[in-house]
Amino acid sequence: MRNRSVRWLVLVLTLISLILTACGTQPAAQPTAAPAAEPTTAPAAPAEEFTFGMVLVGPINDGGWNQAHYEGAQYVVEHVPGVKFIYIDKVNPADRPNVKVEQAIEELIGQGAKLIITNSAEFADGTNIAAAAHPDVFFIHASGDKVLTGEAPPNVRNLMGRMEYGKMIAGCAAALTTEAGKLAYLGPLIDPETRRLVNSTYLGARYCWETYRGRPASELAFKVTWIGFWFNIPGVTLDPTKVANDFINEGYDVILSGIDTTEGIVEANKATQAGKRVFAVPYDFAGACAQGEAVCLGVPYFNWGPDYKRLVELARAGKWEPAWEWTGPNWSNINDPDTSMIGFVKGPALSAENAAKLDEFIAKLADGSLNLFTGPLFYQDGTVFVPEGQVADDKTIWYTQQLLAGIEGQSAP
Amino acid sequence: MRTDRLKLAANLTRPLLALVAAFALTTLALLSTGVSPLEAYRLVLFGAFSTPVRLSDMIMLAAPLLLCAVGLSITFAGGLYNLGVEGQMIAGAIAAMVPLRLWPDWPPLLLWLLAGLSGAAGGALWALLIGALRRYANVSEIFAGLGMNFLASGLALYMVLGPWRRQTSASLSGTDLLPRDLWLPTIDRLRLAPAAPVIALLALAIVWWALTKTRWGLEVRAVGLNPAAAGRLGVAAFRRMAETLAACGALAGIAGMLQVVAVHHALIPNISSGIGLLGLLVALLARADPRWLLPIAVAFASFTVGSIQLPLTLGIDSAIAGVLQGALVLFALVARARVR
Repeated sequence: MRNRSVRWLVLVLTLISLILTACGTQPAAQPTAAPAAEPTTAPAAPAEEFTFGMVLVGPINDGGWNQAHYEGAQYVVEHVPGVKFIYIDKVNPADRPNVKVEQAIEELIGQGAKLIITNSAEFADGTNIAAAAHPDVFFIHASGDKVLTGEAPPNVRNLMGRMEYGKMIAGCAAALTTEAGKLAYLGPLIDPETRRLVNSTYLGARYCWETYRGRPASELAFKVTWIGFWFNIPGVTLDPTKVANDFINEGYDVILSGIDTTEGIVEANKATQAGKRVFAVPYDFAGACAQGEAVCLGVPYFNWGPDYKRLVELARAGKWEPAWEWTGPNWSNINDPDTSMIGFVKGPALSAENAAKLDEFIAKLADGSLNLFTGPLFYQDGTVFVPEGQVADDKTIWYTQQLLAGIEGQSAP
Repeated sequence: MRTDRLKLAANLTRPLLALVAAFALTTLALLSTGVSPLEAYRLVLFGAFSTPVRLSDMIMLAAPLLLCAVGLSITFAGGLYNLGVEGQMIAGAIAAMVPLRLWPDWPPLLLWLLAGLSGAAGGALWALLIGALRRYANVSEIFAGLGMNFLASGLALYMVLGPWRRQTSASLSGTDLLPRDLWLPTIDRLRLAPAAPVIALLALAIVWWALTKTRWGLEVRAVGLNPAAAGRLGVAAFRRMAETLAACGALAGIAGMLQVVAVHHALIPNISSGIGLLGLLVALLARADPRWLLPIAVAFASFTVGSIQLPLTLGIDSAIAGVLQGALVLFALVARARVR
């Protein structure tokens, strides 16, 4: 009898915990987020209205990758009259276990979306499947390359920013500031994109270390630890908070982030408040320094707005053509909100002296006098990435096979 | 005559009260977010039936859910609380991947059959480990099951990041997609693979028959009521328990196989997607009565699919479906406990 009641107790407790976990993982819904769309079959509102939708892998307020996309969409709403924006965020197996990207896209199309933006490399297959099923809807798969490989239907375009430049600037700022000569990179998962961004960071850091600090590359430690996904999934990925603290305990004094969220700068800030001196370079979102002004050296960020505006107008005018685009910064002003896809906001922790050197570095990248993808460059295993006297072309950089020699960390599993 | 009617009324009142209580709780949760509960209920209850695409998604969720719930109704009949069903589903999914990855060039029909057998075997084996722990280490099957769930997710993570990782990359998003001709065929533009619901309904029919019409079913139920007494009457009690666990594991394993070949077309870390545990709720609510399994599984699947629209149209989180599902089961349990 007693045994029986214990069983019931365990069962009920398990049920309660199940229910709680179902509600617990989600951050509060954003009041501003509610795009109060008419759910019924209301005939697509005023004649000219153009609805575009977005499927995001993480929450729209992550202070990183997803927030940058969300703000890009808001830019379109502000600058193009007669457009409406709807979205579904947190489309990943942890937050929405029974929702596939195709399903999310269907829901957006059901709400009248004529153009769909998907924002994660993982969404490539789902985007193509949905695009094939809806030839009359336009698709932008951000960060993907299926148009380049010829696997995408004709209504799909790819769009990515040349964050390589942003990361070089980030690496330079880190190398200018580090006292220990030890830089740590909080990496997401391993794929060609994340490898080329780590490599770019390292190249920028090494250049500024040698050029402005006058120290040999062998004295610069550069380590990457991959957590396994774009953001923390408890029990599945490594915990970025813990990884950041490991970096700090091992004496790394600049943490550069490559993940969607802001654990790197948050932990650096905590450690600094506790008496250590640790700096951070967050990623993706122009406002990311706000998570720790005192330790922020600056943030390389995406400014999706202008490109999304251009493509929305293109779709609306019926002038859509398949394309794979890799947009760079506007070198005359990388922080121009209306023209530059890639920017870098300097943070309060960057000294005036170093800021001047960083500007000099940016000017060299801008006028083309410095191309860090110039050979000889070697992969970790000693094979040649770029031969002496040559400059890597776009495809070579896009499909980077390994991390560069000099970087500590896994190239591929 | 009169007492019969009274009895019937009493039998109906309790479930009705439970239903009302569950909806009252969910309505409170909805009111606290400031949206119209009616509008939310319209989406949660009927959203899944509004378009053919949603309907097909609902069926593709209901199929593995029904398989798990049917499996659990066997273990419930045998007096076991198989909380390891989630892990058995994962083990089945991993086992089903083995033939698909080893011989991708074999004829698809043969491969699906092999994947199904292998998935069932994987799930059954995983469940039998729980039986062994209970028998030889005296570990309650509840805790053994929960532990084995963690072990199974760990194994799935290892396979995704290790031996079955994508070429030149390491991502927890899953293995490479299976070749297109190994995807279970679907109807036209929908994601509905008719084989999945057919398998689930077949399993329901067979288990119903086995539990109610065979001597084996009678013995299982006897063991469930009182293992010691059944043992004295000459029923091999432990053997029957192990069989129920294996049968449940096999059905969960097939559900895992369906997740691989019909839904995700790859092994992902969260391949079971909480369906096993949702199946537990279904089986609890149905009191393991086979007649109720299908309608409740369909209802729960449609809550889940319907709620996908909530964030889009009402700006609230889709977790409200989980609140409704959980509240229904909790209040049903409470109502039943009072009957005792």
